[in-house]
Amino acid sequence: MSTDLQSRTAAPKAARPAPWKPWRSNIGLKIAMAVSGVLMVLFIIAHMAGNLHVFEGREEMNAYAAGLRSFGAPLLPHESLLWVMRIGLVASIAVHIGALIALSRRAHHARPVRYAHRHKAKGESPNAYGIMRFGGIVIFLFVIWHLLDLTWRTVNPVKDAHDAYGAVMATFDPDRWPVTVFYLLALTALGLHLRHGIWSAVQTIAGPNTKWRKRTQAIALAVAVLIVAGFAIVPLAVTFGVVS
Amino acid sequence: MKLSLRIWRQPDADTKGQMVPYEIEGVSEDASFLEMLDVLNEHLIAEGKDPVAFDHDCREGICGACSLVIDGQPHGPQAATTTCQLHMRRYKDGDSIDIEPWRAGAFPVIKDLVVDRSAFDRIIQAGGYISAPTGTAPEAHSVPIPKQDADAAFNAAACIGCGACVAACPNGSGMLFMGAKVSHLSLMPQGQPERRTRVLGMVAEHDASGFGGCTNQGECAAACPKEIGLDVIGKLNRDFRKAAVRAA
Ligand code: HEM
Ligand code: SF4
Ligand code: FES
Repeated sequence: MSTDLQSRTAAPKAARPAPWKPWRSNIGLKIAMAVSGVLMVLFIIAHMAGNLHVFEGREEMNAYAAGLRSFGAPLLPHESLLWVMRIGLVASIAVHIGALIALSRRAHHARPVRYAHRHKAKGESPNAYGIMRFGGIVIFLFVIWHLLDLTWRTVNPVKDAHDAYGAVMATFDPDRWPVTVFYLLALTALGLHLRHGIWSAVQTIAGPNTKWRKRTQAIALAVAVLIVAGFAIVPLAVTFGVVS
Repeated sequence: MKLSLRIWRQPDADTKGQMVPYEIEGVSEDASFLEMLDVLNEHLIAEGKDPVAFDHDCREGICGACSLVIDGQPHGPQAATTTCQLHMRRYKDGDSIDIEPWRAGAFPVIKDLVVDRSAFDRIIQAGGYISAPTGTAPEAHSVPIPKQDADAAFNAAACIGCGACVAACPNGSGMLFMGAKVSHLSLMPQGQPERRTRVLGMVAEHDASGFGGCTNQGECAAACPKEIGLDVIGKLNRDFRKAAVRAA
């Protein structure tokens, strides 16, 4: 890092790439991150609500799973709803992680040296930086495991694609308790991610005033708790034998 | 009182620096933090050593020249207070204090605790102004401004451009500073003509100067000596989104 004292207000040597695109800016990327994040939140709420069919028993749950596949039949082709979801999700994840990588690299250049004296965070959303990035990695690993487990059944004993209920029972079997522990760990990371992410997204997209920012923070916390509780109840119920 | 200091010493921009320990005795609790450093420098000069370079000007909390990260906190432990307004009565005999420069890629160290904050000047040059015809000042009541807007604009205008927000941010982002400037001007009728070019220009310069993006963690607002709040970042985001959509 050198400093040209002769021209202290001159533009930096590395000129910005022309033409400059607003959507490549830090704020533009944050908006992309926020929009893709909100789409994933909507999906995840629907997913959570769907999971609760487990408590209605095998027939009901499998009928719900089949219903998702035949949604809109005979007007719409088989699995059309699922494909819209899948494409939307893959796109959201790609945008979310793409923006994340670009922003993380810029942040790393913007803050290359650490303080010798580290003081504990005292911002409104303390440690969001670490929670979002490292917690995000946990979520990412979990999503891969989750696909291998309950979507493709690679690591699940129940291979019958039509028996979603059986697959859930098998994966959270008391003997496979580490799976439940990992699931709960990932949920904790997701909960923390969303407690910050939901209000952060509103701040990024809508830019509320102080009063509404505080309200958004409360709503974000409530939604995060709801999502975590709604997801956690299923593996807990199976592992502790409430449903089997 | 007697204090153990550790101060970042770096001879120039291109030489590696390090934390250097100093002992100082007889510090008055009525002294300001910068006066304490003045005393240390007198000792260093008397010993024929290089005094510690640090930025300061008004020493009354209004110019934004003073900096210093004190025990990991920009402008030190006292809320809503610039380094120059921090007094030694905050400390007690035997305390140790770590003093470092602002840390940000966009604020390279010039010497010791002095950093180059001209990136902020460039952001202002890129749009943080209004174009007005010169001449006698217009009659104050000729352009009425709602009290609420005037107050909000005034609060944002309290930003002294010190850069503590950047120093505190884990992303090295200048969004609080930029948000303060954009809020201040876009709340005023005089700021409307250039409103869109202003926010686009400032954001482009901010990014090109090497500041990071905002994670909404809020370290900036907690460190700001002028209590600029996160709402200005919301306003900046909103103004930017609207301007970018129009420009597209
Ligand atoms: C695949 C793993 C994931 C990673 C690595 C990740 C990482 C991140 C990071 C680093 C941020 C930026 C935080 C900030 O700068 O404020 C963020 C924001 C966000 N994430 Fe994720 N995330 C992941 C998955 C998810 C999922 C599954 C959801 C939704 C259920 C989600 C929802 C959000 C939301 C709503 C935001 C706020 C947008 C903003 O304003 O930045 N993320 N994520
Ligand atoms: S927003 Fe606050 S911390 Fe940032 S430059 Fe302005 S006065 Fe300093
Ligand atoms: S020296 Fe002017 S604000 Fe501190």
